[in-house]
Amino acid sequence: MQHKVIDAKNVVIRFAGDSGDGMQLTGTLFANTSAVYGNELSTFPDYPAEIRAPQGTVSGVSGYQVHIGSKEVNTPGDYCDMLVAMNPAALKANAKWCKRTATILIDKDAFTDALIEKAGFKTKNPFTELGLDECKLIIAPITTLTEESLKDSGMDKKSIDRCKNMFTLGIAYFLFDRPLEYTFEYIEKKFGKKRPEMVEPNKKVLQDGYNYAANLQMIADTYHIAPAKLKKGTYRNITGNQATAWGLMAAAEKSGLPLFCGSYPITPATEILQELAIHKYLGVKTLQAEDEIAAICMAIGAAFAGNLAVTTTSGPGLSLKSEALGLAVMTELPLVIVDVQRAGPSTGIPTKTEQTDLGQALYGRNGECPIPVLASHSPSNCFDTAFNAAKIALEHMTPVILLSEGFLGNGSEPWLIPRMADYPEIKPPFATKLSEDGTFHPFERDPETLVRKWAIPGQKNFEHRVGGLEKNHTGMLSSDPANHQRMVDERAAKVQKIADFIPELQIDGPEKGKLLVVGWGGTYGHILSAVSQVREAGKTLSRAHFDYIMPVPRNTKKVLEGFETVLVCELNSGQFAGYLRTLFPKANIVSFGKVQGQPFLVNELVDAINKEI
Amino acid sequence: MATLSFKDFKSNQEVRWCPGCGDHAVLAALQRALPQVSQACNYAKERYVVVSGIGCSSRLPYYMDTYGFHSIHGRATAISTGIKVANPWLTVWQACGDGDALAIGGNHFIHAIRRNIDINIILFNNKIYGLTKGQYSPTSKFGAITKTSPYGTVEHPFNPGSLVLGAKGTFFARSLDVELALNQEIMTNAALHDGTSVMEMLTNCVIFNDGVYKNISDSSVRADRTIVLRHGEKMIFGKNKDKGLVLDGMELKVVTIGQDGYTIDDILVHDAHAENVGIHMMLAEMKYPDFPVALGVIRDVKDVTYDDGVRDQVKDITAKAKIHCMDELLNSGSTWEVK
Repeated sequence: MQHKVIDAKNVVIRFAGDSGDGMQLTGTLFANTSAVYGNELSTFPDYPAEIRAPQGTVSGVSGYQVHIGSKEVNTPGDYCDMLVAMNPAALKANAKWCKRTATILIDKDAFTDALIEKAGFKTKNPFTELGLDECKLIIAPITTLTEESLKDSGMDKKSIDRCKNMFTLGIAYFLFDRPLEYTFEYIEKKFGKKRPEMVEPNKKVLQDGYNYAANLQMIADTYHIAPAKLKKGTYRNITGNQATAWGLMAAAEKSGLPLFCGSYPITPATEILQELAIHKYLGVKTLQAEDEIAAICMAIGAAFAGNLAVTTTSGPGLSLKSEALGLAVMTELPLVIVDVQRAGPSTGIPTKTEQTDLGQALYGRNGECPIPVLASHSPSNCFDTAFNAAKIALEHMTPVILLSEGFLGNGSEPWLIPRMADYPEIKPPFATKLSEDGTFHPFERDPETLVRKWAIPGQKNFEHRVGGLEKNHTGMLSSDPANHQRMVDERAAKVQKIADFIPELQIDGPEKGKLLVVGWGGTYGHILSAVSQVREAGKTLSRAHFDYIMPVPRNTKKVLEGFETVLVCELNSGQFAGYLRTLFPKANIVSFGKVQGQPFLVNELVDAINKEI
Repeated sequence: MATLSFKDFKSNQEVRWCPGCGDHAVLAALQRALPQVSQACNYAKERYVVVSGIGCSSRLPYYMDTYGFHSIHGRATAISTGIKVANPWLTVWQACGDGDALAIGGNHFIHAIRRNIDINIILFNNKIYGLTKGQYSPTSKFGAITKTSPYGTVEHPFNPGSLVLGAKGTFFARSLDVELALNQEIMTNAALHDGTSVMEMLTNCVIFNDGVYKNISDSSVRADRTIVLRHGEKMIFGKNKDKGLVLDGMELKVVTIGQDGYTIDDILVHDAHAENVGIHMMLAEMKYPDFPVALGVIRDVKDVTYDDGVRDQVKDITAKAKIHCMDELLNSGSTWEVK
């Protein structure tokens, strides 16, 4: 067979195996190597809620998809060009994500009759059963070859078996023309100090996998994906959850305040708390609370005491925090609440992504209780959005809800490292003057912004009381009807005035026309790709993406009303579409929603857009 | 620093508790204790923060001319925790009721105690829900007849003392609302204690549970039915100071000095600092009529506090850190150049 090198612009690879097979690591190493090589990339870990489901079963399959390319990698890709399936269950669970002519690499040793049956196949030929006959198969005895490679390493069989993923990664590196150096460095860093005896075997098995593929007659084609033309500078990979944590830390640095995070572990938000816990040396305090309610209340206490206070959670946790959110609104204290959304309602599908908490973020409280809502749109954008959320909270004396998504929190992408000098200062409205009666009036407001002043315990002569009961401007309790109306109106107007401090909505494409495609949050890349594809087919349409949801940017009305149809695409049943309809009843808003615990596919968006043109 | 008086801690807000409510007396004790605390600890007034949840007693922060936070039902302990950890320089006092701290806020209460955060919790225990007008609470006695238990409750009450000690509490004291001097003494001791201090104040609700403590607090019987414990002093009580507590096997026993061969030498000496919680638990659980109800500081032991732990850890890690600002962090680890 003639070996040929295919120059490809974009390739999608999906690694799949048992939860314990190390597929998340394999995918991450492949992604990092590609990033250092200079490709654009986007990743999507797709893993089960079970930590170690029964081996060989479909419910225990863990996947990691990487999309690499020379340009325009906006999403982790709909369907893969190559699937790595470490066992029959991994093949079964992921066949639906394969392109018709995808290449499938399997571990021959794991495709025994017993394991094929355990995965729930009815026949002994899983490929035909799944309709994969047009796919190119690479059948490699990965387990045997790994054992052979490491037979003189002195390692026990169990440890050797755990190196299967490195052998597989070596094969993948050959197929996609990737250098091994980055992974060698990773192995040295990981094992060098603690378990030096593991360094050489891991390097050897990776190299052996690579060599095996190079010598394998069965491999017809390898791919070459040229480096992307990226902006010059220093890059790193970052996940959404890490970027959120760092964005909050950056805001703490810019404001000169200590960062306090009260949080309770919850999938898929936990990594933010974990990340913050590492960086105590930068003035971060983390407190793992006894429950979600305690977590936000501790953060509210920390805000009262003068910290930049945050609490991180997912949808069910946000539900538990609702009453305390009202307290933060009533006391007008700065607080950032991060909700990394997952499939709901209730416990739902904890490891799967959705945008179904928007309604909860906007309305889920008792009383008239407005809270600004922001949404991150990509893993690295989580940094800027978290920074902006904290800036708004601190400068406008309000809780702010930052919506992220499991898809963003776990996903990663290369990121041109920013410089802190390029970020604005954050200036909280600290109280400096007493009122004429010689006391501090906590709810007297700036006439322009309606923001109150912040007096922090410890400040002499500024003693005052805040709380959940309605008060007047002086801070005295008041159940006076006119005062309540005034305070309700002022709290709402204060939040609306934030629109004067945020950027206008950007339109990609003409400012007026037939169709505007609108999204918010983590659907950014998919919508961007879909709109590009429709444009490539010669059609004209515009696109706008909301990072600021409450309040909406000040030009939103003008933008929406400039189009005959506004198609709102979101991973819920139309929550943002409904919100926009309420705000802008004259706009013709059409909703395209999906609630499957999975990101959009570019193809389904293209279809939805084409229906409206 | 100028000496503070109780007037410095009185706010200009009108006190709205019912006339005769036990909370008035506890407030008066606190306003009188804090000047003493300030003297003893060198605290300026602006360092005090008074936090509360929801309920009659939780109105207390409005009546104190300090920084104050009247929060939501049950969550005072979590708010206090956040304040203290965020700024350990502040001295945090908390007012909460039996429903607030032990029912809806039970989780926060036990976990604050477990962490041993340096906050001072005044638990107003009137064994009833007052602000919602008379429903039973987690401390109402078994069989209590209230609006939500017209035929009597069929649930066992918490003894706050056993709960605190069971959660590894380092400080527990109990008193009656009317004991103004003792309450100031307890509050000062609580302030001096590093860690979570719980002060259970047995308060009378004149409207919905009037006389709930009458059988021990009435001035004609109080000396015989309560015992005031002080560290290092003999456990003696009674109008004639002739009764005391001794250990009989593994149990406490009330004896009369001079009877049945018991002399003053047999009477136990209160050791509030004893590590072993056994005798403190027995003291906290003493019930009339078999025993006098224990008042005063029952337990006061040293242990690591959460806020100190956080501070020390941050200090330690910061000293060793190689990364000192965000720019350094952003450029740390695995990075690459695109030229």
